[in-house]
Amino acid sequence: MDAFQWLYSDIVKDHFTNPRNVYDTDRDKDFRPDAEGMVGNIKCGDQMMFMLKIENDLITDVRWKTYGCASAIASTSMLSETIKGMSIRDAYHIKPADIADRLGGLPENKIHCSVLGDKALRAAIDVYLERKGRAGEFSGEDAQIICKCLNISDKDIEEAVRQGARDWYTLQEATKIGTVCGSCKTKAEELLHEFVHIYS
Amino acid sequence: MDYNATTPLRPEVRDLMVKSLDIYGNASSMHELGRKARAEIEGARANVAALIGTKDPSTVYFTSGGSESNNTVFNTMFLRGRNQTRHKIITTAIEHPCVLNAAAHLRDEGFPVVFLPVDRDGRIDMDAYRAELGPDVLLVSVMAANNEIGTIEDVGEIARLAKAQGAFVHTDATQAVGKIPVSVEDWNVDYLTLSCHKIYGPKGIGALYVRRKTPIEPLIRGGHQENGVRAGTYNNLGIIGFGEAARLAQEELSEYRQQVGSLRAMLRDLILERIPMVRINGPAAEVLPNTLNVSFPGAEGESILLSLDLEGIEVSTGSACASGSLDPSHVLMAIGLGPELAHGSIRFSLGKYTTEDDVRYVADRLPPIIARLRKMSTIPLEQLAQGIG
Repeated sequence: MDAFQWLYSDIVKDHFTNPRNVYDTDRDKDFRPDAEGMVGNIKCGDQMMFMLKIENDLITDVRWKTYGCASAIASTSMLSETIKGMSIRDAYHIKPADIADRLGGLPENKIHCSVLGDKALRAAIDVYLERKGRAGEFSGEDAQIICKCLNISDKDIEEAVRQGARDWYTLQEATKIGTVCGSCKTKAEELLHEFVHIYS
Repeated sequence: MDYNATTPLRPEVRDLMVKSLDIYGNASSMHELGRKARAEIEGARANVAALIGTKDPSTVYFTSGGSESNNTVFNTMFLRGRNQTRHKIITTAIEHPCVLNAAAHLRDEGFPVVFLPVDRDGRIDMDAYRAELGPDVLLVSVMAANNEIGTIEDVGEIARLAKAQGAFVHTDATQAVGKIPVSVEDWNVDYLTLSCHKIYGPKGIGALYVRRKTPIEPLIRGGHQENGVRAGTYNNLGIIGFGEAARLAQEELSEYRQQVGSLRAMLRDLILERIPMVRINGPAAEVLPNTLNVSFPGAEGESILLSLDLEGIEVSTGSACASGSLDPSHVLMAIGLGPELAHGSIRFSLGKYTTEDDVRYVADRLPPIIARLRKMSTIPLEQLAQGIG
């Protein structure tokens, strides 16, 4: 992309200025979601909410709201288009990188902003599964092992943060991560930082 | 509306620089070519000296800009304060990153460094300041005016108190010069930093004022240029441009303040009239005539900035999303704004080429942008009003 052009691709620009499926307080008064999920924190500068209508494990309609930057708005708009008609299992496993690709790329330092929509979507699906008595059905399916010594995955780190871990010490207390060879510390701390941003 | 970031090269300065393109002589040479360059440089130095209120041009040293000037002062303090009992540094929480980082470096080297808190308007807490002053203070460094919210600090009083304790006084006047009266004599400071590209001159050139009989150590060692304080062949074109920009800035100062100040008031009033739930950051008086910082809770700053950019309006924001870190502006946090207000802040900085039409255009385009972003926000509208005031 030409550095003198807009910071973002034309697709990002389009989804930023004309976002799809945004919840409209007037038009969507009667939108009754089957599940909602909210992640992020205004203190960190962004927050995201997803509302899903689900029939037979298929996402039939979606609305979302955000307090966030252009990157968060555009990627969530693209995500909301992508998941319409998709099974909740496939939607659960969409990767932020796939959305960034569909947007024609995002600047390196804005990738973390686009993760929020994906997390809010998962939170909403988790709520749905819990309501149906199927809690945790998809989690762990695409887990990536971070600590090879103790077989601790990114999902375990995420869960520890959701349960209150906020720094390396409290994460170790919760998971014992990095207590054998310690070589996973850099990667684990990156994930910790990301999850704390999303869940605190 | 981003003149605090930088300014365009004004045509008068540009014309003089173009005419001077062939003044290539090395101002350190004794022959005619060198002497011609030298004469131009000394003329420029006199203009810069006059702009900052000194009759002695030999106290003005040309540098590559504000960052180099500031670092030269802090480096001098490092060399002077090492292994001395007088080595405490007092600065503020709202300085430009170049002062903050230079001070943090001294702290890492074992110097006691104090970052003074400021009040809700960005003025330094004078009680905290007095409490920190003592015979161990080596340097007090306080910016003359803040780049984000425009607060003008009482440099004269700050210097008086510091001098009574025998400390050196530095002020980073990068944002003040050309916008308000600046005088090293009235303020009685030892060091003053200024930069050329903020006053409609070229980039890559700035200056450091150093009071006579005050210690100064070169950051760049080499030849004997600038009395050995700053080595390196003279930047003829930059210095000539700086001299002309300084001359014009001084000549037009009162006109500038009047003209830009009334446009700022017009923009502020139109925003307050047309957009509900906004907060003006910075003081009502004793503020730069061109700087207006506004928080729009419920709308995220980078989204506002990019929406305005699409309308051809340039501003800056205190939002974390625009900085690449997760932290919003250190200045807005220091004045006690909650993160919601800091993330939703926009700085409008006006300049000599801003017109009434420009202000009306911004005031027309801004309200729908804020309304659109607030409408899609996860923050309920009733919560937005909290924290404003």
